Amino acid sequence: MFIDTCYNLEKDCKKISFQRYAWLKKLVKKITIILTHEKNSSKIIMDCAFIVKVYMRKKHVLQILWFNYMYEERRTFMDFMLTEQQKMMKKLFSEFAEKEVKPLAGEIDEEERFPRETVEKMRTCAMLGIPFPREYGGAGADYLSYILAVEEISKVCGTTGVVLSAHTSLGTTPIYMFGTDEQKKKYLPDLCSGKKLGAFGLTEPNAGTDAAGQQTTAVKDGDDYIINGSKIFITNAGEADVYVIFAMTDKTQGTRGISAFILEKGTPGFTIGKHEKKLGIRGSATSELIFNNVRLSKDQLLGQEGKGFKIAMQTLDGGRIGIAAQALGIAQGAIDEAVAYVKSRKQFGRPIAKFQNTQFQLADMQTKTDAARWMVYSAAMAKETGQPYTYLAAEAKLFAAEVAMEVTTKAIQLLGGYGYTRDYPVERMFRDAKITEIYEGTSEVQRMVISGQMLR
Amino acid sequence: MKIVVLVKQVPDSTEIRVDKETGTLIRAGVPSIINPDDLAGVEAALQLKEKNGAHITIISMGPPMAADMLKELYARGVDDCILITDRAFAGADTCATSSTLAAALNKVGYDLIIAGRQAIDGDTAQVGPQTAERLGIPQVTYVDEIIDINDTTVTVKKALEDCEQILEAKLPCVLTTLSGMNEPRYMNCNDIVDSFSKEVKIMTFNDLEIDASKVGLAGSPTKVHHTFTKEVSAETQTFTLPADETAKLIAKTLKEKQLITK
Repeated sequence: MFIDTCYNLEKDCKKISFQRYAWLKKLVKKITIILTHEKNSSKIIMDCAFIVKVYMRKKHVLQILWFNYMYEERRTFMDFMLTEQQKMMKKLFSEFAEKEVKPLAGEIDEEERFPRETVEKMRTCAMLGIPFPREYGGAGADYLSYILAVEEISKVCGTTGVVLSAHTSLGTTPIYMFGTDEQKKKYLPDLCSGKKLGAFGLTEPNAGTDAAGQQTTAVKDGDDYIINGSKIFITNAGEADVYVIFAMTDKTQGTRGISAFILEKGTPGFTIGKHEKKLGIRGSATSELIFNNVRLSKDQLLGQEGKGFKIAMQTLDGGRIGIAAQALGIAQGAIDEAVAYVKSRKQFGRPIAKFQNTQFQLADMQTKTDAARWMVYSAAMAKETGQPYTYLAAEAKLFAAEVAMEVTTKAIQLLGGYGYTRDYPVERMFRDAKITEIYEGTSEVQRMVISGQMLR
Repeated sequence: MKIVVLVKQVPDSTEIRVDKETGTLIRAGVPSIINPDDLAGVEAALQLKEKNGAHITIISMGPPMAADMLKELYARGVDDCILITDRAFAGADTCATSSTLAAALNKVGYDLIIAGRQAIDGDTAQVGPQTAERLGIPQVTYVDEIIDINDTTVTVKKALEDCEQILEAKLPCVLTTLSGMNEPRYMNCNDIVDSFSKEVKIMTFNDLEIDASKVGLAGSPTKVHHTFTKEVSAETQTFTLPADETAKLIAKTLKEKQLITK
């Protein structure tokens, strides 16, 4: 009987606004799932049954329920009242960052060393699969919790922030989103538990912003594919065990000729090339991937043949929120350092915090960073709640990256000569901030995405 | 093995304000943490669980808001959390607290009880030992390491100021732990998510078999008459002496003040 009611309800729903339709559809889906699985979630059943009943009889009551629902949704969006669970997560991340990540940040930057020991510690705290379901070995938490992890860690170390972000957003997400059941079962438990690290290979020497210009090829050979070509600037390269890579299966088809593959470390013909020496995030491994007649079975094709470009773009949409969170963390980290410094640094007989210039600079820095935080969290919430988020992610990354650059520049200025030295971390933060304007889509690409949505 | 850890939520601040009239602490507005010695006890229990298998129950007595702290312990991997909370227990000193805890422990059952040495707010170090006395079981205080445990005995290292003792105690017994004995583990994302589907069990006065005169203010012989901040006199003496004589003078003074013993 419920199913019938739901069906009628859904039919009726199509006559109303899209948003309300989405809400009711979600409700109907919930009821159907509960009924099919006979799960004992009596409260949800009661809620749904009540709403369905009300819908049938009194439409004005439904109106009130709808407003309540929208109010709740808006509260989550506008106030960022973190839930108790998110607050506890944040507490863990901030404690972990302070005790485990911060003490190593300067050293791994100086030595350009990958923080393997920190990755191992993140693994013990189950931080490498935060937004993925428990059935695949993830924590089963929400996307904002993952974003909070990247932010808190990046406050003290941009390198460790991107290791987590590249692994989660770029290495693991595409397999979760586009993988077959077999692929998910094969790769996700190890990735989500942190036993293996993930990476993503799209960029090539001649295919950066113009990602469609892929020159790596995948030629069919029976049931297998033979991959030839190379990728550059790949984060976690060499350190990662599982790589999602892209190659042309049909050159004549342009972007529709690109396919995605899952590739494991140690596959014959797959080697790691030149290690890049970078301005910032120097502890992160950034290297070339070289494919020389790499044979992959058809089970390693991710998604359908020719759908690789879509997989890449959708993966990057989510990834951008991660990088925006990294930029946000770097900006807040620089502010925290600057605040501590200006309170203790004395000039003209008093702490420089007493000077209006210092106060105004700090106020501007925090205001912009808070605005960026707002954008990053709303993009994360939009993704979590299944709303369109492509442009929100692009806006968040564009803004947060530019704020990170501006705030770290100002932080160095407030620290003066000391800020320019490696005795203080703001110099590193300034160098780390720059990359957030470049990778996972330059600021110019974000502007293309945003205006593209506006001018559709 | 059933391990019960006694845990207290304490204010995370050195600037604790005191209610001048009652002489008790004002807790509102001060961020709370898990008492460090108790957290070491929880970690010790978790390590025992990993090594030998055990069921860990946390018991805390305090206001209802202490439930949040107990959720954090779920997120570190304990099995059960019980909060003893009731207006009847308000104003308890260590005497009434240990009576209440002993009543709860009798109800819950135990093979090993671990408590922190002392809480950073009261610094009495009395609740653990008193609880052991009320239960009539052995106790080892100032435990710095749990060396070995089997079904009948536990071997521990007790750290005293100038020596260490290796002691064996019959089970069940009470151990009080020092915060330096281990590095408490972090919460775990999976356990954080799970902790929100676990319930902090509440025990009230009615759940415990205990006389009303033994709990709360009524059961507390301690009365705080006056609370004040100790005045520190900054008496300074200046000496100008050669280095070796200065060293001797410093050593002599420290010995006189009993700050060093050798």
